Amino acid sequence: MNRSGLLALRHSTSRELDAIYILWLREVKRFFRLRSRVVGSLGMPFFLLIFLGLAPVSFPGMPTGRYINLLAPGIVGMVLLFSSMGAGTSVLWDREFGFLKEIMVAPIRRSSIVLGKIGGGITTSLFQGLLILALALPLGLELTGISATPSPTSLALGFSLSLVFMLLIGVTFVGLGLAFASKMSDIHGFQLIWNFLVFPVFLLSGALIPVEMFPGWLQGLAYIDPLTYGVDGLRGCLVGYSQFSLWFDFLILLGCGALTVGLGSYLFSRVEVD
Amino acid sequence: MKAVSTSQITRKFGPITAVDRVDLEIEEGEIFGLLGPNGAGKTTLTKLLATLLVPTSGKAWVWGYDVEAKPHEVRKLIGIVFQDPSIDEKLTGREHLELHAHLYGMRNGPQRRERIRLVLGLVGLADRADSLLETYSGGMQRRLEIARGLLHYPRVLFLDEPTLGLDAQTRRLIWDYVKELNRREGVTVMLMTHYMEEADYLCDRVAIMDQGRIVALDTPENLKRGVGADVIHLKTARPEELAEIFRQREWIKRVEQRDGSLMLWVEDGESKLPQVAGLAWERGINIKSMNLEKPSLEDVFLKLTGRRIREEEGDSTEYLRRIIRARRRR
Repeated sequence: MNRSGLLALRHSTSRELDAIYILWLREVKRFFRLRSRVVGSLGMPFFLLIFLGLAPVSFPGMPTGRYINLLAPGIVGMVLLFSSMGAGTSVLWDREFGFLKEIMVAPIRRSSIVLGKIGGGITTSLFQGLLILALALPLGLELTGISATPSPTSLALGFSLSLVFMLLIGVTFVGLGLAFASKMSDIHGFQLIWNFLVFPVFLLSGALIPVEMFPGWLQGLAYIDPLTYGVDGLRGCLVGYSQFSLWFDFLILLGCGALTVGLGSYLFSRVEVD
Repeated sequence: MKAVSTSQITRKFGPITAVDRVDLEIEEGEIFGLLGPNGAGKTTLTKLLATLLVPTSGKAWVWGYDVEAKPHEVRKLIGIVFQDPSIDEKLTGREHLELHAHLYGMRNGPQRRERIRLVLGLVGLADRADSLLETYSGGMQRRLEIARGLLHYPRVLFLDEPTLGLDAQTRRLIWDYVKELNRREGVTVMLMTHYMEEADYLCDRVAIMDQGRIVALDTPENLKRGVGADVIHLKTARPEELAEIFRQREWIKRVEQRDGSLMLWVEDGESKLPQVAGLAWERGINIKSMNLEKPSLEDVFLKLTGRRIREEEGDSTEYLRRIIRARRRR
């Protein structure tokens, strides 16, 4: 490639980065301006934490002491699932309110639009996940970090790794939301996605009841649910208990994320604006 | 270089041909109107030119770039105001323009901010720049969309029904903005409309579109001249006497008398007014009032297609869309 070609490439790359940044910024601004929706969406997980977390629930052989230690990472996973699916499917609202046309007719790549959307979705999901984690602390959550007994290193390592898992859960479900939103022509299928996809994914993940307690056939279903590995990873990072090794959870989630983002980008690139 | 040109461009949706072998050439700097009823194919043609739809056959160029082969280049050169709102109500006016500027690669901060300030002033929104769009009226949102379409120095600005659903006063205001923009920025404007007053008032040339085809193309004046004569309405105390005199002049094609008022069919009415007045003056007949009625573009459309533009608004989905639109505009 000659010099001017390289310069042009660098120019167009930084242009695309600029576009990704401004689309990310829009998602973040929207999120903080829709405050009532944020409070509303954190209501359910918060009440679940209170009513289930403070109840004297216990399972035979529960390794984490009090139930809230098992529950809180699950609820964090749930919040991430809901918020990132919401962010992915927000393309539908952009379409409904016409704003999608403004973005689609701009001289930028579709992949930049996707990256802006994913970046914004992850940021806002992570924020909500951390918020609900903080809310769980006064309710009695005993953070121990990556091992079952708390120590500064265990806590620091565990917390950092939990951010990685939150990120991967976010990526996976923003991608999935985007894939579904790209195949739907209007917002009427929204309820369908929520009740027949998002809720089963949440319940199957073992967020409320450990997967080991499921009957065998249901366990099979749980193991094809990406969130199962996300919740397991979060438990491993936050309260030092996980069914699988953290590496295993990490790699599975990474694969799922790559898959859904690839699928979402592909389907979105084929969207026609009417 | 033509701003826009098309050659036999066609777009079909299943069995329906929305745009049917259209040939157009739009000159640099002109305000070009595409006038036709809803469903004539105006929006489809806009989307073909804006690279949002791909032609079934035929070709189109914007500033020399093929819309199908070089969509990215075309997108850099055009600004577009869509028929339906395309805003995010949770952003402020200025944030909207910032976002748009970044999408179009305007990366020099001071220049960008200056440009944003300028276009906001141009559409009269400078004092509301930092309010959320949900607090804007429909007309203000529309003006912001126009400012946005213009922000990145486009060579061609597409306006698809820019005043649909707006009140008469706001409509007039937007017309004046468009004229001002065209004059100040030299931007070529392609205006799609079904309001004949709008096309008449704004456009240097008008193409009349019906069922996907261009059925006439000329300046509004020439189009109207083609329909037929101007009519002079004249009130006088002695109509019979005056009618007799007018009937002897061959440049007056037809004379009719209706309850104390005379109607004279003439070519080029403006230049005939003094002559008519002169004839009455010579005979000492007093004229109480006179006015000149010119044919409208509606008459042109009627003559060409046998239908009125407004008749076609009854379609139910269109009606629903308008209700939704009206709600969003509130």
